[in-house]
Amino acid sequence: MGIYIESFPSSSQEVIEGRAIDLANATAAEILSGIQNAGIVGLGGAAFPTHVKLSIPEGKTCKYLIINGVECEPYLTTDHRVMLEQQEDIFMGLRYLIKALSPQKVYIGIEANKRDAFEKLEQYKPLDLAVEMVLLPVKYPQGAEKMLVTAITGLEVPSGKLPIEVGAVVINVATTAEIGRLLPHGRGIQERVITITGPGIAKKGNYLITIGTPLRFILDQVGAEDIKEVFMGGPMMGVSVSNLDIPITKGTSGIVAFKPQQTLENQAEYACIRCGACLDACPLSLNPSQLGILAKNESYDLMASEHHLLDCFECGSCSYVCPSNIPLVQYFRVSKSIVRKRQAKAKS
Amino acid sequence: MKDQTLQIRTSPHLKRPMATNTIMLHVVLSLIPVMAFAVYSFGITALLLITTTTAACVATEYLLNGKERGKQNIKDWSAVLTGVLLALTLPPGFPLWMAFVGGMIAIALGKFVFGGLGQNLFNPALVGRAMLQAAFPVAITTWTETLVNGRFSHIIPSSLTIPFLEPIKADAVSGATPLSAFKFDKVSTEIQDLAFGFTSGSLGETCAFLIVIGGVYLGVRKMLNWRIPVGILGTVATLTTILYLSDPVTYPSPWMMLFSGGLMLGAVYMATDMVSSPLSTIGIWIYSFVIGLLVVLIRIWGGLPEGVMYAILFGNALAPILDKSIPHRIYGMSSKNQNKNRA
Repeated sequence: MGIYIESFPSSSQEVIEGRAIDLANATAAEILSGIQNAGIVGLGGAAFPTHVKLSIPEGKTCKYLIINGVECEPYLTTDHRVMLEQQEDIFMGLRYLIKALSPQKVYIGIEANKRDAFEKLEQYKPLDLAVEMVLLPVKYPQGAEKMLVTAITGLEVPSGKLPIEVGAVVINVATTAEIGRLLPHGRGIQERVITITGPGIAKKGNYLITIGTPLRFILDQVGAEDIKEVFMGGPMMGVSVSNLDIPITKGTSGIVAFKPQQTLENQAEYACIRCGACLDACPLSLNPSQLGILAKNESYDLMASEHHLLDCFECGSCSYVCPSNIPLVQYFRVSKSIVRKRQAKAKS
Repeated sequence: MKDQTLQIRTSPHLKRPMATNTIMLHVVLSLIPVMAFAVYSFGITALLLITTTTAACVATEYLLNGKERGKQNIKDWSAVLTGVLLALTLPPGFPLWMAFVGGMIAIALGKFVFGGLGQNLFNPALVGRAMLQAAFPVAITTWTETLVNGRFSHIIPSSLTIPFLEPIKADAVSGATPLSAFKFDKVSTEIQDLAFGFTSGSLGETCAFLIVIGGVYLGVRKMLNWRIPVGILGTVATLTTILYLSDPVTYPSPWMMLFSGGLMLGAVYMATDMVSSPLSTIGIWIYSFVIGLLVVLIRIWGGLPEGVMYAILFGNALAPILDKSIPHRIYGMSSKNQNKNRA
């Protein structure tokens, strides 16, 4: 008996080393293939292949290139460290990106609680690069692409579309640094900066870690004691792990460990009191309260057709604020997968 | 590292520490000064009245929901809050058996028939009071003097009326409320008496000052939508100022309107009930304006001296309509498609 594993086409990204890309003479297509060969993906956490993101669809042009220096989640400080320590790589990467996309405007968005990073980048900014640095108010989930595009350009990405619809391409600042570091030498991605934090960690901090390192080994090095819950990513969208014998991937932006005191035990769920906190919290101005009621009634199709379920990017703000402890975003995750399955079935 | 049992949860792994039961409990706690002042003004009668309505509400919640669910529901403190609020809208000396019936009606008809907490269309305490007003119009408008001697040793006799019998005639001189005094006899009450509660009236409507303090506390803790009291009181103040300036003899002063009757209690504690008020901010402003407008219309041109209860109940009925009809602006939807997608 054998198991045949078929990989999703765009998920395969073979690293090919040794083909240096010379910034001065490279074409846009060569830069894109250089990025693909280096195995670079979005390091903010989504791990979407960067060369795919940079391939502008037919009929669209890139007007705005936005470098995302907004940390994607609370607790995580990887982007912050990268901005403080890798300015030269960031600006080198930016040169490659500008050459590949020829945008009309280039922005770097940073939240106001990272003023030191903002000043450091301002200080190291090459004079010949036309980059506008934007200091943004601190507001989760501003690190989400759509939110950042709106915060910087004022344009709203249409429902169900990607930022390129309004001419914007958003690239994470650590991804940009990686491009600047790897492409001139034709190297492949091997390591990334990971925030390791949480009350269960003795030596909290940002670490440069080789991709593939087992989680258990890392936790041993940083002194993890009495831990009850470990999740990869941030506290709002991160995924709990059931087993420590798993490797770090390119998409691991953080490792957070909670002691038993911090874990949310199963809290009593109360009735929705229509307080409206979730409506105020939803960055897309959806109606999580109504969506939650519909999810309980299993009215999944109505959720998608009338209430924009599929626009929800699961930031978790609704569940965070709900005083009645209703697991709203958890409902939406399940509902979304059911709707997607039904839609796929209807198509085939 | 040794093996450990890890807990698996779906994100978010953090939670804002403000639960529904905490909110309800804080609303009850913020009413303690108001209740204490009611007991100070009207004596043990007030204490008995508050205890009676609260017991009626909690017992009804427990019985109607069945044993297990009832226990769980009582932990959310909302039945206690309904009981306390109902008592605060009743006159001291109100027969206790009627108050008990009012508490049962508040929970049964005001909340349970709609499906329990979160489903009720109207503020349950006001439903209870509206029923009492319809059923016992005399008892609910019989007011006693405040700060009577011996109020801590003697119960106002009418409180102990035996069910379905004529109320015992009160010995104390019945005092007109500031609003009825103005409406029927054109007698104004001093503003400091109104603000600090040295007038006749229902338990919780005499000391406007303490209600404002409670409201500010809840507003700062974000347990109450400040727009509602500000909207209602602002509307009442603006409209009555215009009327008062046009004819100071016929119309009461804005101070008198703001600090008398149930307006303060209604605006801060009743209209702000999250369940029966609109969700959207625009809806909240319209709702508050309508309530304020109705209060002025009923008080000045209506047949009753007081209209806060009906104004809020009308506002409650309007809330779902406001939620449905106000276009909800969703991110990434062009304005052409917006109207189709209402909350």
